[in-house]
Amino acid sequence: MSAVSVPASRLARRRRSAARRFEHAGPGTYLFLLFVLACSIFPLYWSFVVASHDNSAIGAYPPEVAPGGNLWRNVHRLFNAGIVNVDFVKALGNSLFVSSVVTASVVFFSALAGFAFAKLRFRGRKALMLIVIGTLIVPVQLGVIPLYIEMIHFHWITHLQAVIAPNLVTAFGVFLMRQYIVGAVPNELIDASRVDGCHTARIFWHVVLPAVRPIAAVLGLLTFMTTWNDYFWPLIVLNARNPTVQVAVSAVASTAYVPDYALILTATFISILPLLLLFLLLGRQIIGGIMQGAVKG
Amino acid sequence: MSLELKPAAGSVRAAAPRRPGGLRRRLRRLDTKLSPYLYIAPFFVVFGLFGLFPLGYTAWVSLTDRNLLNPVVHFVGLQNYTALLHDSYFWNAVENTFGIWVISTVPQLLLALALAHLLNTKLRARTFFRMGILLPQVTSLVAVALIFTQLFSHDYGLFNYVLGQFGIDKVNWEAGRLSSWVALSTMVIWRWTGYNALIYLAAMQAIPEELYEAAAVDGARRWRQFIHVTVPMLRPTIIFTVIVSTIGGLQLFTEAYLFQPRPGIATGGSGRQYQTIVMYLYEKAFGSTQFKFGYAAAIAWCLVLLIAVFSLVNYLVVSRIRSAE
Repeated sequence: MSAVSVPASRLARRRRSAARRFEHAGPGTYLFLLFVLACSIFPLYWSFVVASHDNSAIGAYPPEVAPGGNLWRNVHRLFNAGIVNVDFVKALGNSLFVSSVVTASVVFFSALAGFAFAKLRFRGRKALMLIVIGTLIVPVQLGVIPLYIEMIHFHWITHLQAVIAPNLVTAFGVFLMRQYIVGAVPNELIDASRVDGCHTARIFWHVVLPAVRPIAAVLGLLTFMTTWNDYFWPLIVLNARNPTVQVAVSAVASTAYVPDYALILTATFISILPLLLLFLLLGRQIIGGIMQGAVKG
Repeated sequence: MSLELKPAAGSVRAAAPRRPGGLRRRLRRLDTKLSPYLYIAPFFVVFGLFGLFPLGYTAWVSLTDRNLLNPVVHFVGLQNYTALLHDSYFWNAVENTFGIWVISTVPQLLLALALAHLLNTKLRARTFFRMGILLPQVTSLVAVALIFTQLFSHDYGLFNYVLGQFGIDKVNWEAGRLSSWVALSTMVIWRWTGYNALIYLAAMQAIPEELYEAAAVDGARRWRQFIHVTVPMLRPTIIFTVIVSTIGGLQLFTEAYLFQPRPGIATGGSGRQYQTIVMYLYEKAFGSTQFKFGYAAAIAWCLVLLIAVFSLVNYLVVSRIRSAE
């Protein structure tokens, strides 16, 4: 560390430090990152600011940039079905239910299929896995019209099944699980269990499921968030009387001729809040999951 | 699924201790033969039923005059497609979608690359910074759209206020073609830059240290190392992010849909200045009580085709640029 040293070794050190990828970040780096951070946080903070004022503050000049004391009144207005034409409590409950069911299903079936693709031998394994990977880039959302016709036939329009059923499995989940299980579950362990007389279902339950817990948590979190935030399909098949949170928020936003921004952004803020808390608690895992998926994908 | 699994499991367990002979062996063979298919079946059944089949069936619907209001369906051949090719609203939507895609994706990926480079240093509070830039990704599209619509609003929007402080006149963001594109791109950039930066960062950390050492021995400083080592090594990841943003960007809907003063009709402004392809599909199928399913299906197939072709073009362009270096 000391600057006083023999010139030769100093040169060597400089060369080494130039080669080091993980250089210490300079003040410029910190400044830039802090600026980006501020840009990331500001819109969310702003939604809270507007949500905590009444509508007269929105026209204020200069604008109010500090939170006000009107949040509870806005929340009260939002949850009072007489004022907005949306049952917001029901929307939150619906979204919680839909997201939980979808998450549990995606994690379980992905682990199951991932296990088969990673560790079991069967005819057509490679071809079928290729199909799974291929479907990763197929924009299946564009099948909405026949899907809608299907839902009419099932009598599922305006029912939650319509937003649950199509999301029960994902190609991404199967792919992620397969990649993880290949490395995380040793073949010897599976062979040993077979010698001990375990049938495949027992191996899955007692050997594979415990081993995939870390990646299951990541997949679960990502799936929960995606499902909670889903909008296009729920907008098509649900309505304001039986909505998910996103449909409810957009319904609040599109009712009045003059937009009631205090109310709209209160709804928005409340719709973000659960994921925000989840993210603050488990952000490290989510980041790990995204980065892990990136390297392997 | 538990229903499918349990009988098999139960019967094997019951049979195992008592009959060591043929039955047990046969069950075991059955188990190893059938289990794999049983395990992947749920994925293929559900995905086939609600993913692949509808997408394929879209092709058939697009050849008919199917309409929710009309009980009789006629086969019309390629009529929907020929009509689409002469539909100026469709081409307008294509132009809008590509325009918004370009001005959102290019700055976004460049910024993400720079961010990843800066995050790939010895940094205090590393997790804090990473979480900070990923925060927008957690925010739903609906929330992003509504918050930014307020920020971009003409009379009381914060952006116009800030511009006013610099002596610039208020911009009617929603009304103009380019200005509405800029507003929508801002939303896309805000939500996706951090995510892409983290993906680049992960790929950067997987680059072997020796490459940097070799470059340093050759006298390459930090910037040159970035250009000659980091970027070429990142090529597969860059291709990946470009493809992902192509698939997502060409399907842009929520931001533009909720940016409208009166969502519901999906025209994308009074002059259709920011109507995207998916919005046009929505308008034809579900929007203004038209329920033209056949026509909308044709739009969907054209979009699938556009995504495929454009992804391929991007793939070729990105690989070409990198290998030229």
